[in-house]
Amino acid sequence: MKHYDVVVVGAGPAGMACAINATKHGLTVLLVERDDFLGGQLIKQTHMFFGSEKQYAKTRGIDIATILKKELLKQDHVDIMLDTSALAIYDDKVITLLNHHDYIKVKANAIVVATGASEKVLAFPNNDLPGIYGAGAVQTLMNVHGVKPGKSVVMVGAGNIGLIVSYQLLQAGVDVKAVVEASDSIGGYLVHAQKLRRLGVPILTNHSVKEAHGATALEELIIWKLDENFSGIAGTEKRIETDTCCLSVGLKPSSEMLRQAGAEMTYVRSLGGYVPYINQNHETTVNNLFVCGDVSGIEEASSAMVEGFIVGLTLANRFKNVPNFSVLMTDLKTQLKDLRAGETGEHIMKGIKQIMRGDHHA
Amino acid sequence: MLKKTGYQEKEIVKKEFPPLKHLKKGPKAFIECYQKIPCNPCTTSCPHDAITIKGDIINRPKLDLAKCVGCGICVYNCPGLAIMVVGQADNPDYKTFDIPYEFYPLPNKGDRVLGLNRKGEELGMFTVLRVLNNKRQDKTALVRVKVPNEFLYDFATIKVGEDNE
Ligand code: SF4
Ligand code: SF4
Repeated sequence: MKHYDVVVVGAGPAGMACAINATKHGLTVLLVERDDFLGGQLIKQTHMFFGSEKQYAKTRGIDIATILKKELLKQDHVDIMLDTSALAIYDDKVITLLNHHDYIKVKANAIVVATGASEKVLAFPNNDLPGIYGAGAVQTLMNVHGVKPGKSVVMVGAGNIGLIVSYQLLQAGVDVKAVVEASDSIGGYLVHAQKLRRLGVPILTNHSVKEAHGATALEELIIWKLDENFSGIAGTEKRIETDTCCLSVGLKPSSEMLRQAGAEMTYVRSLGGYVPYINQNHETTVNNLFVCGDVSGIEEASSAMVEGFIVGLTLANRFKNVPNFSVLMTDLKTQLKDLRAGETGEHIMKGIKQIMRGDHHA
Repeated sequence: MLKKTGYQEKEIVKKEFPPLKHLKKGPKAFIECYQKIPCNPCTTSCPHDAITIKGDIINRPKLDLAKCVGCGICVYNCPGLAIMVVGQADNPDYKTFDIPYEFYPLPNKGDRVLGLNRKGEELGMFTVLRVLNNKRQDKTALVRVKVPNEFLYDFATIKVGEDNE
């Protein structure tokens, strides 16, 4: 059985950043990725990122993936396994992997789970009609495969993903008929909303989908106004002819593997679902089992990346001595604090307080 | 209200707009970034230190009109596409707007394009005076449009023909 200092599960921004920092400081690392490419959701992001230059602000997501990939491939002590699913984590830090038909066991001193998140769905009659997609699928079709998902689209959800994907749909030449948002205000950055609105896309807050119609595929969507209790108001129905509906109603952490590994978990609404209790170093209640990125709470890719760097550096310092550790760590923690400032950040920080515990392994 | 609809009210646009007396001295940036977000490329990209964000990165950017020379560098560096540069056109009845544009095909100099306001309503056909799209801009083109004075507080962007299809 092969033995690594660190096995990282998931090669999105968090996992890649973690692997880079761990191996850069001399640890042996195995990076495992279910897909056949590195970068996770970054490779679908054609827009410029926010944040500051340290998190590659104003660089497009897909180009950030390339920067991280280059940095990773420069390192000597990292093995990368693509097309590989992590199956389970056992007490002695043995992790089982499935690569096509090969079942592999690997041992590690520490395991980092950076499995990201999956999309939530919205329940309404006929939501299984062809033409109704999640936002992630639409981004994959457009930005990875260069395929337009349809002629026109109704976007459900005015968070950052909903707004950004709507703009990308416009860029691809798809008629975005409306963005429908159940809450009473736009959740994503207003600059993204302004971009859509000035191109004539109505953003309908306090609205949701009542039902979908179509013989063999989506033909029309009925939307309606919601009252304060998020119930539809009869008589406010509007019919929108469209062949595509894109759901962007939130993400939930893909944290099942952590539960299986015995980490104590809790449900935190502002973090998107079930997340592990962690300490300042992002270590779960299981010794040497770490998390970074969306798996421990839904945030932006920039924060996921910084969390990855933090965990990588923590591990490097735990198993080897990193000479300027405290300087590097202070810088990363400051970056993360800055990214979490503001309204959205406050909301996230409240959630993080609920899962943050003192150093349970001290 | 911006948070419900996605567009800023004209009264607020008027208040935030670079004052006309400054425009007489030269083109100026107009920043429409109304919300506290963790972002700062506008400040770091301006070669004239005309934009500052005081304290935390989430604070709103502030423009020093005296320092701004209207070069437009911040316009294509802002990931929110929230900045444009307004200047005096040769003809005193018009202003020039340099806007960020990310749709293909790009318009050409001399083209007549559809002008839109902040709600996406049509204002009329306007002339394109210049299109810049060099490598440093990383795919965000800078398009200069000639806009009649009456739409000073309305003009927001353009639509190029039917070719976005
Ligand atoms: S237009 Fe040029 S000088 Fe003015 S704020 Fe932007 S980058 Fe600075
Ligand atoms: S770069 Fe743009 S979005 Fe970011 S703070 Fe400056 S004006 Fe706002």
